Amino acid sequence: MKRIVIYLVCLFLIFQNSLLAYSSNPRDFVEELVNDAITKLADKNLNKDQKAAFIEKIALENVDINALGLYTLGELRKSASKDNISNYKISFEKYFLKSLTSRLTDYSSSKFEIVSEDKKSANYTIVKSKIIPEDDGPEIKIDWRVYTKNPEKPLIRDLIVEGLSLARTQKEEFASILSSNDNDIKKLIEKIEEFVNN
Amino acid sequence: MQFIKNFKTIFIVLVLLLLLTPVAKSAEECFEKTSRAIFKFNMALDDVVLEPLAKGYNKLPSPIKTGTSNFTSNISTLLSIPNNILQGNLKQLGHSVGSFAVNSTVGILGFLNPAEKMGLKPHKEDVGQTLGSYGIGTGCYFVLPVLGPTTARDSLGLLADTFVDPFAHVTLREKELFSTSGNSLDYFSIKATSAVDFRADNETNFESLEKNSIDLYSSFKSIYLQDRENKIRNSIEDQDDWGNLDN
Repeated sequence: MKRIVIYLVCLFLIFQNSLLAYSSNPRDFVEELVNDAITKLADKNLNKDQKAAFIEKIALENVDINALGLYTLGELRKSASKDNISNYKISFEKYFLKSLTSRLTDYSSSKFEIVSEDKKSANYTIVKSKIIPEDDGPEIKIDWRVYTKNPEKPLIRDLIVEGLSLARTQKEEFASILSSNDNDIKKLIEKIEEFVNN
Repeated sequence: MQFIKNFKTIFIVLVLLLLLTPVAKSAEECFEKTSRAIFKFNMALDDVVLEPLAKGYNKLPSPIKTGTSNFTSNISTLLSIPNNILQGNLKQLGHSVGSFAVNSTVGILGFLNPAEKMGLKPHKEDVGQTLGSYGIGTGCYFVLPVLGPTTARDSLGLLADTFVDPFAHVTLREKELFSTSGNSLDYFSIKATSAVDFRADNETNFESLEKNSIDLYSSFKSIYLQDRENKIRNSIEDQDDWGNLDN
């Protein structure tokens, strides 16, 4: 009897996990992830906090926040101390999640379509997509830079909206803050924390 | 006469800026402190004038907004025509000429856009882009009062635009072209309407950027420079600068 219960619990966990995980194929991965997000964000039974919690969860699981943080730090990631990098990563994750939830919780319904995928290398695939707003607005082209070093677990590293890379914009914003503060990573962390706590 | 005199002075200053920064990286600033002050002024102006206008514009019925947007867009196609010639881009020249001809006639003075349904999709081209396509670097970056972010190359292009744009020829210089004439008020009215239309289209994006930027000035700068690079390349291909950032 005990064995059967353990077996059933394992089966339930595996089944539930398979429901939560997205496909490993980059194109399907983006499509499933975005459609899941659209369904949840359009759900009128969920309040803002529940939607924010959902966005945070899928971002933590499917976005390479660690690499994104290092990329946005630029060349300083090679010379900064381990402690400073570690503190920066913690602050960056909070900053990323806050700005992401703030951008997405006011979502208005749109139709999402995958256009094509372009395998750049063993590590990167660009998935091209478009969003067609239901309010007659112009369609928006979005390219997803998917990191595929682990083919079983693709991760999003950047979103290129109408040719504008969010990662590059963030990197250049941080570079400007650093250059006006003698390249002091602690000052950058201070600024990020200030933003997160406001 | 005064306009030509002023133009000569500005032209010389801009050429010098461009020449003095031939190897400047796109991120380099001409005079950052002044640019930041002007940016602050522009944002205040946006809060008081442009944003309320854009919000009001967004409340207009959709056909009016689309018609206005089509109308200003059709006029701006005129600037693309000489620039397509200067870039030797015959395919785009066909799109621009065809689109303008169809929309100005069948499209009732450009308020409708039947050209798009016929597959005519002209890219917006200006002299700054033409200079970029010749391999001329951006020069340094700065912010102009009211007009916003620019670079030495693009501001030189902006001035040159008024000389190659047939619409500016008819309105700003009040010359006659195909029995059509206008005045500077027409020119500035169209430019102002285009600005309101653009601001209204991007209302949510502006709000999101203001809300989520730690340094808004740098975010605008990055977006402006990326957008200009894309327009010069006529594509939105992703630039891979991730290097070997492997976990």
